[in-house]
Amino acid sequence: MSIFVDENTKVVIQGLSPTSQGCYHGLRNRAYGTQVVAGTNPRRGGEVIEGIPVYSTVAEAIAETGANASFITVPPAGAPAAILEAAEAGIPFVVCITEFIPAHDEARVFATLRRSFPETRLLGPNCPGIISPGKANIGITAGEIALAGGPVGLVSRSGTVFYQALYELTQKGIGQTTGVGIGGDPVPGTGFVDCLAAFQADPETKAVIMIGEIGGTEEERAARFIAEHMDKPVVTYIAGVTAPPGRKMGHAGAIVSGTSGTAAAKMAALAEAGALVAQNPTEAGELMADVVARL
Amino acid sequence: MDLLEYQGKQYFARYGVPVSDGEAAEDVETAVTAAERIGYPVVVKAQVRVGGRGKAGGVRVAHSTEEARAAAEAILGLDIKGHIVQRVWVEQATDIAKEYYASFTLDRTAKSHLCMLSARGGVDIEQVAEESPEAIARLEIDPLDGIDADGARRLAQQAGIDTQAIDGVAGVLVSLYRCYEEGDADLVEINPLVLTTDGRVHALDAKVTLDDSAAFRHPEWEVWRDLNALEPRERLAREKGLQYVGLDGTVGIIANGAGLAMSTCDVVKQVGGEPANFLDIGGGANAEVMASALEVIATDEKVRSIFVNVFGGITRGEEVAKGIVQALERVHIDAPIVVRLDGTNAEQGRAILAEYGSEQLISSPTMLDAARRASELAAQRA
Repeated sequence: MSIFVDENTKVVIQGLSPTSQGCYHGLRNRAYGTQVVAGTNPRRGGEVIEGIPVYSTVAEAIAETGANASFITVPPAGAPAAILEAAEAGIPFVVCITEFIPAHDEARVFATLRRSFPETRLLGPNCPGIISPGKANIGITAGEIALAGGPVGLVSRSGTVFYQALYELTQKGIGQTTGVGIGGDPVPGTGFVDCLAAFQADPETKAVIMIGEIGGTEEERAARFIAEHMDKPVVTYIAGVTAPPGRKMGHAGAIVSGTSGTAAAKMAALAEAGALVAQNPTEAGELMADVVARL
Repeated sequence: MDLLEYQGKQYFARYGVPVSDGEAAEDVETAVTAAERIGYPVVVKAQVRVGGRGKAGGVRVAHSTEEARAAAEAILGLDIKGHIVQRVWVEQATDIAKEYYASFTLDRTAKSHLCMLSARGGVDIEQVAEESPEAIARLEIDPLDGIDADGARRLAQQAGIDTQAIDGVAGVLVSLYRCYEEGDADLVEINPLVLTTDGRVHALDAKVTLDDSAAFRHPEWEVWRDLNALEPRERLAREKGLQYVGLDGTVGIIANGAGLAMSTCDVVKQVGGEPANFLDIGGGANAEVMASALEVIATDEKVRSIFVNVFGGITRGEEVAKGIVQALERVHIDAPIVVRLDGTNAEQGRAILAEYGSEQLISSPTMLDAARRASELAAQRA
């Protein structure tokens, strides 16, 4: 098993054109084995790009191909409308990798999904996507760094540390059920707790790696969830242990303010909750290897 | 982008949040002329991005031309915690009856907006929050609903705002929310929000943080983009579209993604090195961006070794490698460069570096190895 996406996931790429990021990554996703069944583009309905049929709208794409997931890479000004189009058409799982969407747009999109389309799960924006190794890869993760077969589930706020952690596991011969990059934006559609709950419920996932970073309080919430609702072992790493306080390190999400939000506070909360806390991604892989050996 | 007080007040005014009449000045004569026009008494306030200016002598009241001149002379050029005052804001003085606090920001946990209002303004609000949290009224606002006058009035009552100020405060909250939302701010804060002795409510201070991602729909922000406020290297990085934060060490860090850049700093520190900076080349960086990153690092004399740590996703390995080669050909870089490349097209990238064949370039198989290597080299070359 896996969470959110599997071999039955059929992906529609929104905003498909031959030169788009969506096309580049969508083709890589297809080469990995993902069912990429359609694209949409209001100006290219009826075309076929690299063997992918293009429709004018997501609704048409669903009617013609049975698409049940969408992949959005369109620029920030158009991404909120694309997410809502997918939700209105009934897509249950939307992956949006677009970076630099204004925070207020994200807040409105999330509030609209919460109120009017509770059946749609948004992953992102500004995230690397999701990979259920051997089944489906939606997003920008290089498929070869992941290993199929489980038993580890992985969730990360940072994109590149997500790759790093997947790769550490793969090099040790430890497979993954699903890896989810939730992104570091102010209003992520899917959070740590959503993923931890899904991994806890997934029978094939036996242990979880969670990669957080400084700023916000999501890791602290995750710690409470781990303490109260999880019996599977969790290994964690928080990026930014050595970051100077008060400086914004690139991500809208990675801002340290006061004591809540610091790496030390997050690590303490997670340790308190019973999670194993690594000092760097390599150590997270090593700790997980110990956990897997004892399963 | 954090606005200075006077910029924040100008932004408030656009959305109808009442502020005092005032003018910004960069020299004494302009400040005096402003004071004459506004009429005495005036307050002359240092415009710096650091707290505690009042205690440092950065705020003075003037009742006459002579006093205005003396105040501007004293404040312009003043060193406030390492920030030299280059600009003052001269505004009409206000007779304060009461001081309140008001702010809007995003509550990331609730994924809603949060309004905080307190009848105890004018002091450190974090201290109030800690010592008497009940003194701060909070309202969660659904982004689809916003806040209306009735909701604002109820919140003002709940916060214990004086009866004669309730309507005024509610009006400010509605305008301030528009400034926050339509104005694409991450934070708007007024401390103090004052009730004057003649019964008006207005903003005596302004703290505004704009969401840089929304700059594409706010051409009016351009005038505030004060690159001079940054350190020269940070400015160079910003101009090249890189996220750079200077640190104190000797190992120059370049990574893709904020998380990996932070993680790279962590690992360098754990193996005994000291990061000289945090530098994120972002997602999807091409050769040009990579070359720019090396150029920025090359201007830092503290740097003894450079660690390029790239895990390609949207960023492609061959572009990173091409960028490194480009940088070596066009700028002089003394420091050895330890490169760790994995992910999308990493093999192509490694091949390009191997073919270039410079002794200065050291490929390293893992992040931990590369961190050790770069830290050792920095120590040897100290």
